[in-house]
Amino acid sequence: MEKFEKLTGVAAPMPLVNIDTDMIIPKVFLKSIQRTGFGKNLFDEMRYNRDGTEIPDFVLNKPQYRSAQILVAGDNFGCGSSREHAPWAIADFGIKCVVSTSFADIFFNNCFKNGILPIVLPQEQVDLLMKDAEKGENARMTVDLEAQEITTSDGDVVKFDVDAFKKHCLLEGLDDIGQTLQKEAAIETYETKMAQERPWV
Amino acid sequence: MSPKTLYDKIWDAHVAHEAEDGTCLLYIDRHLVHEVTSPQAFEGLRMSGRKVHAPDKTIAVPDHNVPTTLDRAKGIENAESRIQVEALDKNAKEFGVHYYPVSDVRQGIVHIVGPEQGWTLPGMTVVCGDSHTATHGAFGALAHGIGTSEVEHVLATQTLIQKKSKNMKVEIPGKLTPGVPAKDITLAVIGETGTAGGTGYVIEYCGEAIRDLSMEGRMTVCNMAIEGGARAGLIAPDETTFAYVKGRPHAPKGAQWEAALTWWKTLYTDEGAHFDKVVTLRGEDIQPVVTWGTSPEDVLPITGTVPFPEDFKGGKVEAAKRSIEYMGLTPGQKLTDIEIDTVFIGSCTNGRIEDLRAVADVVKGKKIKDGMRAMIVPGSGLVRAQAEEEGLAEIFKEAGFEWRLAGCSMCLAMNPDQLSEGERCAATSNRNFEGRQGYKGRTHLVSPAMAAAAALTGKLTDIRELI
Repeated sequence: MEKFEKLTGVAAPMPLVNIDTDMIIPKVFLKSIQRTGFGKNLFDEMRYNRDGTEIPDFVLNKPQYRSAQILVAGDNFGCGSSREHAPWAIADFGIKCVVSTSFADIFFNNCFKNGILPIVLPQEQVDLLMKDAEKGENARMTVDLEAQEITTSDGDVVKFDVDAFKKHCLLEGLDDIGQTLQKEAAIETYETKMAQERPWV
Repeated sequence: MSPKTLYDKIWDAHVAHEAEDGTCLLYIDRHLVHEVTSPQAFEGLRMSGRKVHAPDKTIAVPDHNVPTTLDRAKGIENAESRIQVEALDKNAKEFGVHYYPVSDVRQGIVHIVGPEQGWTLPGMTVVCGDSHTATHGAFGALAHGIGTSEVEHVLATQTLIQKKSKNMKVEIPGKLTPGVPAKDITLAVIGETGTAGGTGYVIEYCGEAIRDLSMEGRMTVCNMAIEGGARAGLIAPDETTFAYVKGRPHAPKGAQWEAALTWWKTLYTDEGAHFDKVVTLRGEDIQPVVTWGTSPEDVLPITGTVPFPEDFKGGKVEAAKRSIEYMGLTPGQKLTDIEIDTVFIGSCTNGRIEDLRAVADVVKGKKIKDGMRAMIVPGSGLVRAQAEEEGLAEIFKEAGFEWRLAGCSMCLAMNPDQLSEGERCAATSNRNFEGRQGYKGRTHLVSPAMAAAAALTGKLTDIRELI
């Protein structure tokens, strides 16, 4: 996995609440057996007309946001299905950080597995970042994971929390499976014990 | 020892390793797999030369892409869908996991097959690359959806890296009134808490109205814990649970059954255990409900009217405006005046035998409205067989319903069962998101009896007027 360190880029504002995984990547694109290539279909039904032409009003179609790397979104972002195609599409588009007042649980976990940093902040701070994002391409924000802070284009600094283990994995670009397999002995001990205690499992 | 919740007990029984910061390796007893979220995970194993750690605890079944038309033995027309199902065939064989192929009568929606075959048992941890894994919580199993990276992680290690969630109690004291089944409980709860109300929590459902439910009803309630934002929903196992499990193909037998039962009977929340959040709805106060918008929290009693966006606060004002426009409704319009084009009965929420019986009770000897498109998709091949044995299938066909083969079907419309632009559907499934059942399709979530009523009258209908 690619390391996440410090990111400076354009932030796109999407104030809509409850942006669900069907909006992020409609099911028609879940038929792939690959992990890549979903970026062009990110927000497909909001982004394109049926004939494939772009809907100019949609935020990521506006010239100033076409290369956005940060998304500032409304509450409960990523609700709905467990499809990892949602963070795959976000990452493939080039977005590496999403900020909201809350995220759906599975989506939140899926982000970290794909080098995306989801940041939860109180409403007033999301509002501040939303305003900054609305300024367009001149408003570049900086997300510093190590320092756990976002700096707006005006120089305002917003601190954020992140789970220490998840932060470590993102900073180092670590593969979860490799780490867990280092604890294989603990798993085997547990399995031996359970074969005695709960043999029906 | 301090009193524990049911969730605390199951969690503690599955921690294989705990790091200093509280990050745990949670051991997984059952891993359910379907064709959409697993191909990249199996490919990952192949690339890194890893095996499936516990193939005996891994159960695979294709469900999302499978056609539900009676001629499906001739194969899947859509190339991408076919490739995905073929990839699961190949992966199940290569990695040696339990498998129910499309041709097997036991095939069906993964969350219906697991309990039906006795794979899901009380006190287990159950995961699947599918958010509706919450369904299995009805057995007092800690069950939740995971992404594909986590599917690969469980395949390779039989564990998940987890931190514990908080405890939330949803209590439904009292009795339900006629015409109000489990679906209305779970929708009413989401209407109360919102779709983010359960974020960060595992919910335990309890109270008399929950105790009174069959296992089918409990599965319906837990199934939609995810729509309330919770990681999982749980119901403590009791005699109803044990009676359902006993004798199923993969349930323990003989001395092991007795040993299991002894442990299962310890799986309840201790007196005085702490919950971080409590929500209470009285059974008598729950009415038949319907969704009007494009979020499962957009719930109102069927006697209500389409709301005005200004009635909401914050970001929900814009969202409500967008929903009402998408749904083609007018604020103030009576919900019972909304005309329906299509009725979909099925899904892991409401595709079990009890749901089909409820539909048959409403439509027996009647005809669906002229021009109505109405389909019933049983949750598994065995549910279908049972419905035929009980004579339900005849009732459905005589009433004018299409009687399909098992699969996820129009719940998420990955197979050919889809809504067309503007088509309005009363559905027993779990999500009313924009485009969920087809591009620009409009979904109203309801109970099976309410869906049946809408099929007869052609409008959203208060089921209490028909009973």
